[in-house]
Amino acid sequence: MYGTGRSLFMVGDQTSEITILPGANRRGEREGFDGITIHPGDTLSIVGPTGSGKSAFINDIEVLAQADTVTGRRILVNGAPPSDEMARDPSKKPIALITQSTRVIADLDVSRFLELHIEARKQTHIGDLVENTIALANEFTGEQITVTMSMTALSGGQTRALLIADAILIGRTPILLLDEVENAGIFKERVISCIKECKKTVIFVTHDPYLALSTDRRVVMSNGAVVKVLEPRERERATIERIAEIDDLLWDLRERIRSGDLIGDSGGVIEKEIGVPA
Amino acid sequence: MKLAIIAGPASVGKTAVVRQIIREFCTSWNPAYLKVDVVRAFEDEELREEFGIPTRKVYSGDLCPDHTGIMVLQDAISWAQNLGSGLLIVESAGLCLRCTPYTTQSFGIAVLSAVSGSNSPLKMAPMIAQADVAVVTKTDLVSQAEKEVFREYIKEVAPSIDIIETNAIQGTGMRYLMKALAACPDLTDATQIVLRGSPPLGVCTICVGKKDIGWQRHFGVIRPLEEADNIYRGD
Repeated sequence: MYGTGRSLFMVGDQTSEITILPGANRRGEREGFDGITIHPGDTLSIVGPTGSGKSAFINDIEVLAQADTVTGRRILVNGAPPSDEMARDPSKKPIALITQSTRVIADLDVSRFLELHIEARKQTHIGDLVENTIALANEFTGEQITVTMSMTALSGGQTRALLIADAILIGRTPILLLDEVENAGIFKERVISCIKECKKTVIFVTHDPYLALSTDRRVVMSNGAVVKVLEPRERERATIERIAEIDDLLWDLRERIRSGDLIGDSGGVIEKEIGVPA
Repeated sequence: MKLAIIAGPASVGKTAVVRQIIREFCTSWNPAYLKVDVVRAFEDEELREEFGIPTRKVYSGDLCPDHTGIMVLQDAISWAQNLGSGLLIVESAGLCLRCTPYTTQSFGIAVLSAVSGSNSPLKMAPMIAQADVAVVTKTDLVSQAEKEVFREYIKEVAPSIDIIETNAIQGTGMRYLMKALAACPDLTDATQIVLRGSPPLGVCTICVGKKDIGWQRHFGVIRPLEEADNIYRGD
């Protein structure tokens, strides 16, 4: 494991508060909220049908939009428009966006890529940091990543796992935007618990019921605009626990299918749950 | 009138950047556009149709496209000035990346793509180093970490260059390019404009159409594989 690396989580700027000011939907009508403020350590999920504007919403946050994107939204950092430096220099930006289609094109191996990023962030203890980052990434994925692998040869799951670990340990980014990362090859519960442990702000674009229910607030999108911001607090508590069980069950089932099991005749957990006679 | 010179490899999104510039300044500056290309180009027709602005193209054919751009630039400035244009945009063909088409009294924009590989800034060093800004396109396709790594490579070539990251199709981040372009002074005396850098020596017999391979069968500036420097051999 990454041992003393955990104390590294607490270093870096944890104070960025983001406010999203409304833009307009696809018909040009103003969105139905005055401002959504995201405090350090908050978790949000963005839900809505495909094409409802979920990705555009987090892209606005990522580029620190100033009414210069199709939605017309504006983003404030700590209550004020971001400085030019923050908006333009990615190493000064408190935000990392990782999507299901984020690829690494750099023709470098894993250690060189991480080293360059560490140098860009002017951090020290390069060797330890590379090692810790890979160790953390390997907690997020079942497919082991090693230092000598080529970045372009990593699978989708490995890429996402490494980029999330990189954002936490090297970028020390206070705000993570994760766009449908549940879809391939990462242990989402481990990612969520790590993010909560390090008190990161996280915004998930997700179709996954467990992820959506496990966040503090849900932003509901339709036709390019935010139509609701739900804050369920304790009301969904019981449901979440039940969904977590179902999710575990499906996880187990998925793993068994992957490993070539026949389902229904082994008397396993799923068989008991759905009442297949052993 | 302002002069903006846009260079960058093929398919990085130069025209997408041009489109954003025209959209921004279409009414205020009455922009004119010249495309330099080798065999075929369609950008002039597309932009004229889309924005109703005066556009032209010039095909270099047997001449080097960057040399062509340099040859016609004085005429192009007169053409745009006679139209009362406030901004002439010249877009290069984007080929060998060694000729830097930027001139004095102009605003030089190097366009690079974030998906072209981390060494690509090193391969086009002169084109970046002599520009005023480097616009990195397609940044929506790569990770935060990779953007930072790509930026380090650009800075290795040009430590103080202004870097603008964008998804040029959407126009995100372009406000900084517009600001810089707006702040760039008008050209004052077109007859005094010169290139910022020296183009490569090009007076070999390949330039004039001799098709043999191997330095042994050429004259002018030649070079063997094992010699470090160019040498000159007269006819």
